[in-house]
Amino acid sequence: MGKWTRRGFITAGVLTGGVLAVGVGIREGHRAPGLADMMTEDGEALVNVWVKIAPDNTVTAIVPHSEMGQGVFTSMAQMLADEMDADWDKVAFEQAPAHEDYANYALGREFIMNGATVPGFVQDSLNGAFLMLTKNMSLQITGGSTAVRFTGQGGMRIAGAAAREMIVKAAASEWDVKRSELRTDKSYVHHDASGRSEPYATFAVKAAEFAPPTQPTLKTPDQYKLMGQSLKRFDIPAKVDGTAEFGIDVDLPGMKHAAIMGPPVLGASVESVDASSAEAMPGVVKVLNKGDFVAVVADGYWQAENALRAVGVTWTKTGAENMSQGDLFASHRAAMDSGKSIKDVKRGNAEKTAASAARVFEAEYTVPFLAHAAMEPLNATAWMHDGTLELWSGLQNPLGVRDQLAEEMDLKKDKVIIHNTLLGGGFGRRAMPDYPSQAAQIAAEFDHPVKLIWSREQDTTQDWYRPAAVSRFKAGIGEDGMPVSWENLFVEKHDPPEASQIPYEIADQHIHYAETEHHMRFGPWRSVDHTQHGFFIESFIDELAHEAGQDPYQYRRALLANAPRHMAALDAAAKAADWDRPRPEGHGLGIALVDSFGTVVAHVAEVDATGERPRVTHVWSAADPGYVMNPDGFIAQIESGIIYGLSATLHGEITIENGAVVQSNFHDYEILRMKEAPEISVTLINSGARVGGGGEPGTPPIAPAVTNAIFNATGERIRDLPVSKHDGGYV
Amino acid sequence: MVTLKVNGETRQVDVDPDTPLLWVVREQLKLTGTKFGCGIAQCGACTVHLDGVPVRSCSTPVSFADGSEVTTIEGVAEPDGTLHAIQQAWIDEQVPQCGYCQSGQIMSAVALLKETPDPTDEDIDAAMSGNICRCGAYGRIRKAIKAAAQA
Repeated sequence: MGKWTRRGFITAGVLTGGVLAVGVGIREGHRAPGLADMMTEDGEALVNVWVKIAPDNTVTAIVPHSEMGQGVFTSMAQMLADEMDADWDKVAFEQAPAHEDYANYALGREFIMNGATVPGFVQDSLNGAFLMLTKNMSLQITGGSTAVRFTGQGGMRIAGAAAREMIVKAAASEWDVKRSELRTDKSYVHHDASGRSEPYATFAVKAAEFAPPTQPTLKTPDQYKLMGQSLKRFDIPAKVDGTAEFGIDVDLPGMKHAAIMGPPVLGASVESVDASSAEAMPGVVKVLNKGDFVAVVADGYWQAENALRAVGVTWTKTGAENMSQGDLFASHRAAMDSGKSIKDVKRGNAEKTAASAARVFEAEYTVPFLAHAAMEPLNATAWMHDGTLELWSGLQNPLGVRDQLAEEMDLKKDKVIIHNTLLGGGFGRRAMPDYPSQAAQIAAEFDHPVKLIWSREQDTTQDWYRPAAVSRFKAGIGEDGMPVSWENLFVEKHDPPEASQIPYEIADQHIHYAETEHHMRFGPWRSVDHTQHGFFIESFIDELAHEAGQDPYQYRRALLANAPRHMAALDAAAKAADWDRPRPEGHGLGIALVDSFGTVVAHVAEVDATGERPRVTHVWSAADPGYVMNPDGFIAQIESGIIYGLSATLHGEITIENGAVVQSNFHDYEILRMKEAPEISVTLINSGARVGGGGEPGTPPIAPAVTNAIFNATGERIRDLPVSKHDGGYV
Repeated sequence: MVTLKVNGETRQVDVDPDTPLLWVVREQLKLTGTKFGCGIAQCGACTVHLDGVPVRSCSTPVSFADGSEVTTIEGVAEPDGTLHAIQQAWIDEQVPQCGYCQSGQIMSAVALLKETPDPTDEDIDAAMSGNICRCGAYGRIRKAIKAAAQA
């Protein structure tokens, strides 16, 4: 095998559609020569950006997503390796650097297209306009449950298939045989007629001389060898012996530590700082007033945090100092009463139909603010040296952070280098760029690296929150008890835009929202708007079933005649739960169904309400993501989504008083613990529908499944979360 | 000067005696497998063994550990690298997701099995409810503890 050169490899234009969007050639003069330096070492060649083949025949998948517990490195590599017929024992991964060529165009397009389906997207299709638009947005996001459904389907699989086809072509040329006489298996090309076999790496250089296929043939499910298998995750062994390196574990020579304090009332600025006592404390290097936060830099983190408590800070007034949680809900309701609203869905004339219906039913629901509370406190380590800013942190959007830091620090983009680490939980919080920005601002004052760590108190009080929201419903009900009209007015409209829509067949619908203003910052919280709308919609439909005197499972079924995926998921969950089996006295069952991020999920929850607190004993879940790439990994995500949602359902509540967040740590922002964790049984459905996400869809249906079960057990309808705030021994 | 026997090795550190053991382990001893989570002994991410007993190192002054044996996640496996049954069960059951809390979970589980080799669900609830897992791996943790107990 000859020395590999960087000339002649795939250039832009190699693959059509999505892969071109992230594809990059590495020969000189290519538009992204910097990338080749970052991603290749001597003796390695980039076949395209998504895959490397080393001389030892190791296949490396280059994954443009962050690992925050979802097993993304494994699932991405699995999709690529399967299409490539790669030897799984010799498949590795690398996390892509923050670079435009990994910009997540698919996610950008989802944002722009509001979830519209574009025919042929997976196999062919991305047009240049979207590519450019996304690049301008500089997205490289892990969020929106996008990895498998977009990057995997639209990038990894195509890349693997293209790489395989090119290698086969090269082998056919070298051996002077027809391509049809060759077969590939475990990273080898075989010519059975002559008994020849060679590893892929043998043909890597030759392969680069061929024009890559524009539409490589993808496998059909019956041909999958790795997809659909519960392959063990790459990242787990390092997570059981303490060697996994998270952002907080970064250690650099000469590094100092920083603790930080943001404004109690979000939006306020520093008015004055008295640092005299703090600066005299042991280990303290400096107290910094950065305008909208105060930081203490010290030798050790504990010294910094201790000294921070000794800093006297006054903050400017923003006008929100008198606002309490009650005021906020009152202003929400005032906006809803104002008569001004914006249309989400208008079909038929719901108001008119309701007026002539046999009867109407109305209800209002509320949910509180929620913090993300990722286990790893937010942190970032920054070092300004030689005109370059280096930053180590666990980020859901490393490219966006790079661009922001370049702008804030007045540096060219290539003078900002992001080292993305493992994330100790993300849930949307690590898509926000405040903490890396603060680390950069602090480090800019020194010539040594500084590691900024937020306390849990900062994490709880300085979050970008799942909004507190109110939603009102009115349904017209026919003689048969079925809804004939659906009116829904709510506040706090964010993403995704379809979250307020219902799967149920009701002819007349009016779904609209009122706009509100307040000082609390919005952030995407696992499943974003689906968390609240899942609770709102699935509570109301349950109430309608009760009003009609009908079984809530059968009532939903009757409205899903033309939604076979939804019906199948609902049936599977009900069947797994043995829905019709009578439960002991004081127990109840609740069912809920939410379609989010392309995946339909139904949960049935069983609640034991005989004790002081209702206890969720078992959740039966059925999920249809179209096709399950890694069943055990997907089940883990559903389990995780349920527990995350259950923490919020039972305990989660951030409130404001005098404009500031009241809660501060896990003693007053409670998280579900082992003794409260239900048994979870997950049924997977491979319906063959377009592949959906896994990270978020398990969360939205759990709250209504539980409150519906509490109603079933006790007759008490919980219309505002969390459950723990309610009377009747639920505290 | 505080003397600790950490994972079998005697170490001396010159720090403020009030410094939480957590930060000494992480910053002075460079054993970063032990994690900071809340700072108030509410989440268990910082769990280490002090003379064989699980403690929350974020709320344990290092002076309290003077002369004691400290075991961290890095000291759980055999010296030859053989994983503890709990660690192996964690891999077999694919327990960790983000993995950040898992050092603390494993330290609590190892201590549980030492005291109670064949724990009931109630034993597991009691021993493990001080450790928060935000990814919600509780079901797998329970399963892995039972598997390790049978190993």
